[in-house]
Amino acid sequence: MAASPPQKINVSLDVNGETRNVAIRPADTLLFILREYLGLTGAKPGCLNGDCGACSVMVDHTVYKSCIMLAVEAVGSKVTTIEGLKDSPIQHAFIENFAFQCGYCTPGFIMNCHALLKNHPQPTYEVIKEWLSSNICRCTCYEEIQEAVMSVIEKRE
Amino acid sequence: MLSADIEYYRPATIKAATELFFSLKGENKRPVYYSGGTEILTLGRLDLIQPGALIDIKAIKECLVFEFDRNNLLTGAALPLTYIEDANLFPLLSATSMGIADHTARNKITLGGNLCGQIFYREAVLPFLLCDSVVTIAGQNGVESLPIGQIFNQTFQLAEGQFIIQIMTERRYVDLPFVSIKKRQQWETGYPLLTVAAIKVENQLRFAFSGLCPFPFRSKEMEDELNKAGLSLPERVKRAIGHIPGPVLHDVEGSSEYRLFVLENTLNEIIIELEGR
Repeated sequence: MAASPPQKINVSLDVNGETRNVAIRPADTLLFILREYLGLTGAKPGCLNGDCGACSVMVDHTVYKSCIMLAVEAVGSKVTTIEGLKDSPIQHAFIENFAFQCGYCTPGFIMNCHALLKNHPQPTYEVIKEWLSSNICRCTCYEEIQEAVMSVIEKRE
Repeated sequence: MLSADIEYYRPATIKAATELFFSLKGENKRPVYYSGGTEILTLGRLDLIQPGALIDIKAIKECLVFEFDRNNLLTGAALPLTYIEDANLFPLLSATSMGIADHTARNKITLGGNLCGQIFYREAVLPFLLCDSVVTIAGQNGVESLPIGQIFNQTFQLAEGQFIIQIMTERRYVDLPFVSIKKRQQWETGYPLLTVAAIKVENQLRFAFSGLCPFPFRSKEMEDELNKAGLSLPERVKRAIGHIPGPVLHDVEGSSEYRLFVLENTLNEIIIELEGR
């Protein structure tokens, strides 16, 4: 017997300020929908297990790992991916501080740092450390990433 | 991503959620309650669980409260752990929560998800065990509140179709002196070798443990030994270790011998701090 076709539902997602209508399976993660249906490949699949942070995006004012969030959970919220950031201070700081090598983890790190700086304009070292521990960089650019965050804070002072 | 097709529901009331559960069950749709969903998605991706329908409880207002109601702190099961930490109404819970997973993951992990997860650490239960909290649950027969000691034995003993709405903790407990220590094999993020939480109540110390046995627990027998002030500290700790209520974990995070070594030192450290030596 042939398998029945996947049951899809039509939803509207607000992604980077645009309304995107898309038919999704309720089982689809936000990461999958962003990359495969909406053409936004900035959020990266890494561990797919909520560990590495390469898929981090913002939903409203909170940063989430989009591999452990269903797309249907984002309905009614504002999703911001790396493609939605334009000339943000942390993007410039990553370049100025050489805060990446291969770049695979970079979108996730930038989204997490961006959320950190939005939610904590003057974070303590402990807060920075706690937030940055959510992402993994196998090229080990941790020092440079921390310096990038610090440089944004210093420019604000 | 889950490979199988599922149905997703987001009821707004407790009654709607439980009715939906039994209705879906009647249709053999394998319903599960869903809150943060991190464990459902990660285990489901590996096909280790096969839910057929998700009942998201994040729209139920009783599951989202975090406030004092007269003499009790009410903590909703659908609250993300970072929300609890930021509000910091219960410092011991905040401190214990901050050891779980990582900051971004804790934006998604909810209290109820950690309490009822399959992962055996479930550290968020430790503060509630220490404070003799009361757990409010919903199920086929409506809503009921039970002392945690009555409903938690290694895991929450929930009947089919029940879910935790919120946990009540007496106000007098939430600002008591406490220690919450998470020891890892290395670094500062990841699974624990051992987590110990302790509070001081009327000059008596209470202890709860995670990562020592394959389940979190509080042991009155261990506490009795650890509170025998007439004995030397090493003797108190040695006697307490004799009452560990299950096999000591022996896994990739650490051998059972190493865990016991770390436990001994951690108990010493906590007692010295809370007794003000």
